[in-house]
Amino acid sequence: MDPRRQSRTVIDPKVRQVGFFAPPDRSQSVPLPQSSTSPPLSDLSPSGNSLSPVMIPPPRTLPPPNRLSSPLNRFSGDSVNAVPVGSYNPSPSVGDFFEEKSVRSPDRRRSGGGGGSGKFASSLPAGGFEMPPEVKPKSLTTVSVVSKLQGNVTDVDEKVGEQSGESQDVNSKQPLKEKTSKAERRALQEAQRAAKAAAKAGGNAVANTKTGKANSVQKKDNASSIAPAEKRVVDHKDKDRKKDVPHPRMQFDDATRVEKAKKRAVVKQTEVRNRVELFRHLPQFEHKTKLPHLEINFFGLNSVHPAVYKVGLRYLAGDISGGNARCIAMLQAFQESIMDYSTPPERALNRDLTAKINSYVSFLIECRPLSISMGNAIKFVKSRIANLPLTLSESEVKATLLSEISTFINEKIILADKVIVRHAVMKVSDGDVLLTYGSSSAVEMILLHSHELGKRFRVVIVDSRPKLEGRLLLRRLVGKGISCTYVHINAISYIMHEVTRVFLGASSVLANGTVYSRVGTACVAMVANACGVPVIVCCEAYKFHERVQLDSICCNELGDPDAISKVHGREEVNYLKDIADNESLQLLNLTYDLTPSDYVSMIITDYGMIPPTSVPVIVREFRKEHIWSG
Amino acid sequence: MPDTHALVTDFLNKLKKRKIEGSKATAKLTAELLRSVISQQRLPNTNQAGALIHAIKAIGDQLTAANPVEVAVGNIVRRVLHIIREEDVSLTTASIGGLSLQGLSDDDEDDDNPLVSAAAAAAAARTTLRPPSLQTLLEDIPPHSAAAAAAALHHSSSSAGDSEDKTKSTDKNSRSRKLKHNVIEAVNELIQDIATCHELIAEQAVEHIHHNEVILTLGSSGTVIEFLCAAKEKKRSFRVFVAEGAPRYQGHTLAKELVARGLQTTVITDSAVFAMISRVNMVIVGAHAVMANGGVIAPVGLNMVALAAQRHAVPFVVLAGIHKLCPLYPHNPEVLLNELKSPSELLDFGEMSDCMDFGSGTGSPLLHVVNPAFDYVPPKLVSLFITDTGGHNPSYMYRLIADYYSADDLVLQQRPTS
Repeated sequence: MDPRRQSRTVIDPKVRQVGFFAPPDRSQSVPLPQSSTSPPLSDLSPSGNSLSPVMIPPPRTLPPPNRLSSPLNRFSGDSVNAVPVGSYNPSPSVGDFFEEKSVRSPDRRRSGGGGGSGKFASSLPAGGFEMPPEVKPKSLTTVSVVSKLQGNVTDVDEKVGEQSGESQDVNSKQPLKEKTSKAERRALQEAQRAAKAAAKAGGNAVANTKTGKANSVQKKDNASSIAPAEKRVVDHKDKDRKKDVPHPRMQFDDATRVEKAKKRAVVKQTEVRNRVELFRHLPQFEHKTKLPHLEINFFGLNSVHPAVYKVGLRYLAGDISGGNARCIAMLQAFQESIMDYSTPPERALNRDLTAKINSYVSFLIECRPLSISMGNAIKFVKSRIANLPLTLSESEVKATLLSEISTFINEKIILADKVIVRHAVMKVSDGDVLLTYGSSSAVEMILLHSHELGKRFRVVIVDSRPKLEGRLLLRRLVGKGISCTYVHINAISYIMHEVTRVFLGASSVLANGTVYSRVGTACVAMVANACGVPVIVCCEAYKFHERVQLDSICCNELGDPDAISKVHGREEVNYLKDIADNESLQLLNLTYDLTPSDYVSMIITDYGMIPPTSVPVIVREFRKEHIWSG
Repeated sequence: MPDTHALVTDFLNKLKKRKIEGSKATAKLTAELLRSVISQQRLPNTNQAGALIHAIKAIGDQLTAANPVEVAVGNIVRRVLHIIREEDVSLTTASIGGLSLQGLSDDDEDDDNPLVSAAAAAAAARTTLRPPSLQTLLEDIPPHSAAAAAAALHHSSSSAGDSEDKTKSTDKNSRSRKLKHNVIEAVNELIQDIATCHELIAEQAVEHIHHNEVILTLGSSGTVIEFLCAAKEKKRSFRVFVAEGAPRYQGHTLAKELVARGLQTTVITDSAVFAMISRVNMVIVGAHAVMANGGVIAPVGLNMVALAAQRHAVPFVVLAGIHKLCPLYPHNPEVLLNELKSPSELLDFGEMSDCMDFGSGTGSPLLHVVNPAFDYVPPKLVSLFITDTGGHNPSYMYRLIADYYSADDLVLQQRPTS
């Protein structure tokens, strides 16, 4: 059984289980033993795995304290050679081959799409962006095989397949061994290495295995030369990473977990006093205490690159909003940080960089929960880092990454928007009354472009508290000379009778066709549907997500509750001012809601105009094409 | 009657300037105004009811024109008209009864059987007071004969009055005072009803709210506050989601009231209604007016809430006092029965003034701000009406309304001929 793959399949559920359970550490520790009991199964029938993420929430077996304390205990006990990855793993056998692997090739774990996913996927921000496991490995291997046969590039994915066989060996060789001593393990590794080298020398394997092994051996040699140091580093790193990355879908209704998360948080988080009962599973921190605290701590934050720090502050202050803007800002900050990056001595670039990115991401999460688009982009960046050919020098690597990120921004966001605009403009005709809600960058571009084309239409901008983003859009459109009508969302039934089309933006489109978007979108779509007005959702395909969700409660983001009690620009409305502390009053500031797919007539994406039922198809194709292939 | 005139103009001005808020206050003031008008009205000797009705209609016309959206005014005017008719008929039947008794005893000029005429009068009274309904159709008196009977009755009563007038003028005087007196008594009762309707509705609260109920409401209405507070006072524990009801933010006042009583209250934005409604057991809202078809003119935003409630099969309950029942049917309710409020509630003029350059361009302004006050909720979206007489289906409202209004008064505007 391939430990890496195994770990991924194990982790996958956690990542995908977004809204349900799965706190960070638990699923890491819990499912492992389960899969170690039947490793080949998950390996042989990958399709079976795809079920597990959705169907089986990881059992709540282990109490949290065990987990956190275990690495420490192990560490002190085993001293230098402490089990790095598997250290928090209850089952020794699993811990064993984990350790063995990491010693052998430290960069393995981040290799391949799935390589590091055991760890890295867990740190994935918005959670669940991973492909269903059955698709990943297969397509991966095939693709990589082809490329390798031609180009003799070190392909890391390759090793996934190769290693699976190898580690199965390991597994069978020492089934459920009790805690092995350091020496024993070392011996075992040596033996394995020798065996592999022999196999390689024999050269009997298929081309791909051959090259794969060559790589691995080569790497192994490197690794073994610096093995002890490396191990220590890894160990630290693991601990760091565990500390740094709060799980994207952390359970905030679990008090102990929240306490722990708070301890490691960079941003000071004070919980809101009167939390809404229904939303205890989501973070509800006081907004206003964050910013000053961060400002004070500016010089204390060594772990965060200034560019990332700046972006985080702007998220926090609300300067950047909207899925695309936030995503681009984040990617550019990453670019800057990559530019300034240099691999510390005794560390591997891939791993260290990924750890860095992880710590940035966790910082950004503390500033504001990630949007799905950002989650997808982060996933992309990480997969690119993981897929870096090892032969490249640091400067080359940096150049490659920078250009790839730029390409992502250009192709997936900017170009995609252009394609969407081109499609959507066809749906605007003279005399139309177009309604839009809030402020969506894609919709704005559509309106502006249609106006440039000389189409005569009127725009109805629907807005809602507390953000009133529509005002900004209104100002921009009126500035361009487009005739606009501005209403509040309550008046939607009144205004809908004169509307001919509804254009909506989206934060994400989920695999069941529901549209995850700014709160209020569902109301607009519902009224439009009731009045027989077509609803057109404009969303770039990189924002699509394979998750499914039925209500807006399981997974959402809570804004600043004080924004509810204070009405901007209306001083006479301050009834709630003096009773805001009353414990029977709760203020709920939802950020997103979910529009059922039957309200949506059409989704315009960069792949064309599709019905909401076709979203899962796009999701699958998109993943195959862009995230996981070389 | 200069002082009533002054009163009426004063009230008209208040209505025009929208100084009076809330249909309950408006209804009460209207009823009080009409009461003083009636008490000061000098009545002719003949056809007093007609004269009174004419006077009230004239005033009612002005009042409804002053604020056509506030249907409570028209409702109260119609109620008062109905009261006058009712009192008139009951007086007439009583007098006919007395007359026929008289005729039996000492007069023999009338060859009709007086008992028959009394019966006809009673039937006519029923038919005139009631719009055509299934019950009237099923009764043995066909409409034609009923109308004929009514005409005959009118004729006989007036002729009787004439004949009586010559002989017993003192009795006549007492009768005119009696009509006025009765009408004023009845209007007083109406005012009383309006004052107590909230309590009557609130009394039913515990029948509709169960333990741990989650209730959603949007904006605020006096009825809803009393309803929820009554349930709380009776030790029922439940939670309330309050959508704030922009741009007036009355939800904030409601939340304040509820929090002061110790109810678990969550304030949400209006846009979060759809997200939250799936976790709500019942929507309870107030209404501005209830139309005869069971549709509701409600504060803006409620149609959205009603649609969301229907989507999630959440009962949508409307609380309405009887003064909100309107005998009219809504035609194009979004436009005709609505009112656009000041745009300043949505947009600060100073904030947007820089992009409103009216000097250039085609002349028509680029920016419109629409701020309607009301929404129309069609009857199919309403699960239940709770009025002070109990709970009713939307389909039953026409019948309830028929009890309170006379079919002759549906149109208040007087034709130029009459």
